[in-house]
Amino acid sequence: MNLDDRVPEAPIEHMWSTHKEHLRLVGPRTRPHYRVIVVGTGLAGASAAASMAAMGYHVECFCFQDSPRRAHSIAAQGGINAAKDYRNDGDSVHRLFYDTQKGGDYRSREANVWRLAELSASIIDQAVAQGVPFAREYGGLLANRSFGGVLVERTFYCRGETGQQLLLGACSALAQQIHDGNVKMHTRTELLDVVIVDGRARGIVVRDLVTGEIRSHAAEAVVLATGGYSNVYYLSTNAKGCNVTATWRAHKRGAGFANPCYNQIHPTCIPVSSEHQAKLTLMSESLRNDGRIWVPRNEGETRSPGEIPEQDRYYYLEERYPRFGNLVPRDVASRNAKNVCDDGLGVGPSRLGVYLDFRDAISDHGHEVIGARYENLFAMYERITGESPWKTPMRIYPAPHYTMGGLWVDYNLMTTLPGLFAVGEANFSDHGANRLGASSMMQCLADGYFIIPITIGDYLSRHPYGDIDTSHAAFADAEREARGRIERLLAIDGSTTVESLHRELGRLMWDHCGIARSEDGLREALARIPELRDRFWNDLRIVGGAAGINQSLEHAGRLADFLEFAELMCRDALQRDESCGCHFREEHQTEEGEALRDDVNFSHVTVWEHTGENVEPKMHEEPLSFEALPLAQRNYKT
Amino acid sequence: MKFRLRIWKQASGDAAGAFSDYEVDGISPETSFLEMIDTLNERLTERGEEAVAFESDCREGICGMCSMVINGQPHGPLPGTTTCQLYMRHFDDGQPITIEPWRSGAFPVLRDLMVDRSAFDRILESGGYVTVHSGPKPEPNANPIDPEVAEESLDAACCIGCGACVAACPNGAAMLFTAAKVSHLGLLPQGQPERWERVQNMVEQMEEEGFGSCRNYAECEAACPKEISIKFIGRLNRDYLRALREPIDRHGPMDSQ
Ligand SMILES: Cc1cc2nc3c(=O)[nH]c(=O)nc-3n(C[C@H](O)[C@H](O)[C@H](O)COP(=O)(O)OP(=O)(O)OC[C@H]3O[C@@H](n4cnc5c(N)ncnc54)[C@H](O)[C@@H]3O)c2cc1C
Ligand code: FES
Repeated sequence: MNLDDRVPEAPIEHMWSTHKEHLRLVGPRTRPHYRVIVVGTGLAGASAAASMAAMGYHVECFCFQDSPRRAHSIAAQGGINAAKDYRNDGDSVHRLFYDTQKGGDYRSREANVWRLAELSASIIDQAVAQGVPFAREYGGLLANRSFGGVLVERTFYCRGETGQQLLLGACSALAQQIHDGNVKMHTRTELLDVVIVDGRARGIVVRDLVTGEIRSHAAEAVVLATGGYSNVYYLSTNAKGCNVTATWRAHKRGAGFANPCYNQIHPTCIPVSSEHQAKLTLMSESLRNDGRIWVPRNEGETRSPGEIPEQDRYYYLEERYPRFGNLVPRDVASRNAKNVCDDGLGVGPSRLGVYLDFRDAISDHGHEVIGARYENLFAMYERITGESPWKTPMRIYPAPHYTMGGLWVDYNLMTTLPGLFAVGEANFSDHGANRLGASSMMQCLADGYFIIPITIGDYLSRHPYGDIDTSHAAFADAEREARGRIERLLAIDGSTTVESLHRELGRLMWDHCGIARSEDGLREALARIPELRDRFWNDLRIVGGAAGINQSLEHAGRLADFLEFAELMCRDALQRDESCGCHFREEHQTEEGEALRDDVNFSHVTVWEHTGENVEPKMHEEPLSFEALPLAQRNYKT
Repeated sequence: MKFRLRIWKQASGDAAGAFSDYEVDGISPETSFLEMIDTLNERLTERGEEAVAFESDCREGICGMCSMVINGQPHGPLPGTTTCQLYMRHFDDGQPITIEPWRSGAFPVLRDLMVDRSAFDRILESGGYVTVHSGPKPEPNANPIDPEVAEESLDAACCIGCGACVAACPNGAAMLFTAAKVSHLGLLPQGQPERWERVQNMVEQMEEEGFGSCRNYAECEAACPKEISIKFIGRLNRDYLRALREPIDRHGPMDSQ
């Protein structure tokens, strides 16, 4: 497996400009001849498709929802980072680079992280030009808020709907390109496979989710912008349809999968309340700016939160991390919540919850100020739980949220499969072992607006256009396989629903490959996943057929892939015999319970190669270097 | 809790539809409305019956995917709330609940509770954007925007495109949806150069899609889960009239190649 990262030789601050100077270009008259497939219309996909189409490439774009605007990115709430230094508080490209590297616990490729920080400011410029109505100060200039894990205020936002507004901005650019005929949009269409011809990605096989038709599309390059795989846990903050299918299928066709065990568990979600819960709701991290997190100091506390006096409240983050307090990075906040609950201090009916309390903020700043900041979040919380945060503290608990792992990509965002690119959450790139808040949208849009439109040209310019279409035998073969899988699923005729098998997988993964992992737990999961997979293939029940709309069939296809992928996740978590960022191996912690890295043996990216069905995958390493920022133990205490 | 459900079932766009009756019990008040239907669907599947097809994705009230008329009201009884944000504690135990898809000629039914809302996308494609390429842009703080204006723009921009406004309107008009986009961009300095052309193109497309005309029933505002104000419809009308009075020379698609 070729893991050449294609990082140019240059000082880090000049890498991207140097690289751009040396990239080959495709001329404007030639671009319309090149067909580019973009799968996904979230922030990464919509921005990539719109930007490439505006340059003149012929773009075919796909999403499984009924409209590009409904991609999961729409749900992002809190904001997007950019090193503008509007607050004059010492921000800079270097500071954002530093925060991201440190936040990721030194498990990212420096060159990519620097480029992300460097491009961050232009994303805000681009979005404002599109008409994204960011929050403004009284003087009319852009406003900022702070977010976890950093000491500057660099987060731009639109109330609690930043993802919606940024996505609508990107989708408006996409809409124009659709209208002008430069993008052919295929909604309600799901990717089932990637087609390889002569070692290069040349197209995809899809299923029309309305008619059930299986068909192919050919192109000179394929860009996957299909998001993350948190739904392997069944319960997560992700939209119900989020899946690993596209990246997993690409992996099985030869694309290396990097760091699958890096998944972020978000600390501020509404705790699970019932057996039939289908989805967890995130409460924006911005709440940690004013809310104080605590649990009762004594096990077995029975008083209601309002009756518990100050000395019996354990503000564990403030006590343990005086410098960052409630604003420690997500992995630290989540792990601490789990620890206090494991110690029997949890609150709520399940005892799996901690308080997020606004009492002091309301008395310090007044109802009006707090209302202006959080009114809609408070209302949302009350609607879901029936309790008002104005009167009683919120209850929160960590939930799976974001996946740092993904398809391995080089500096050009190309996977190990030539012609197959991955952008946004689907790739592994910039967040190492833990992502800081408000930085995913930044990465998605940097990838889509500014990086892929340029780097893809370098690849395309080296290859002819229009030399194959879907009549090539490789397409017929891939279509046959896709149809075969669907027929197999429908033929099982067992007794268990997809939903219940997915719930079972989720529980297994949460217990053994969640906030904390151990060798024993991972080995147990590795033994049980194949059993569950067997049950799936022998006892699944899907009602209805392959033609027309069949939502159980769609879900079954996605679960089949999760059931294979989950094993790789656990395998990766097992081999990474260290703790770093969100990957917390119980065997490796400091005396104070912090993640203990092993830089000598694990400062690399783990990249997995698929070697066949029921054959152990092959493991490769991309070594990481730390030149711009020397390795250090993360410290959020002093 | 226990509920008696009457749900619209329709095998495909061409097939005839009818209501089917179901009962679900053992539902806890913490269950969301969609989880209640998930439960029904699991039980139906176990019995070998076809599940009820419905749309949802984010289940947080932001993607605009969920779309059910519940006891005659789009998105059900709670104001400012999408179907996915309803909880069974908002209903009475034993209550009969009738569930239908959005009803509108411009939103053909695909199956059961799923409809085709692509007409909305085509309205946006006809002009719901500011023409900008990706690449270097001017420094945004060189052009301050009154925060009140930005907030008002966001009041319109927060439309989730669910289509409840159309489903609620006796005439099946899409005015609130179109007005929200026209106002979002029309309020901002960035939206000015294409303002008149945009409103004209979007209104024309809206009519072409077969949406009804607005008679000021204001049902749309009442049904809107984002509580978008009908004042934006007034704004659209004013802009549209001005665009008609001062016809602009419309150019073709941007030629960037
Ligand atoms: C509740 C929540 C709040 C968040 N808040 C923030 C925040 O404040 N700041 C921040 O920076 N980040 C935030 N994030 C993270 C961020 O929203 C996501 O990481 C990001 O939006 C991912 O974008 P994407 O473009 O990579 O993928 P997505 O938006 O997930 O889009 C995936 C696209 O791929 C398509 N797709 C997927 N699979 C297939 C398939 N098999 N076939 C065809 N199409 C397919 C989908 O249709 C969709 O269009 C939040 C996430 C959540 C869950
Ligand atoms: S499912 Fe997204 S708004 Fe209801």
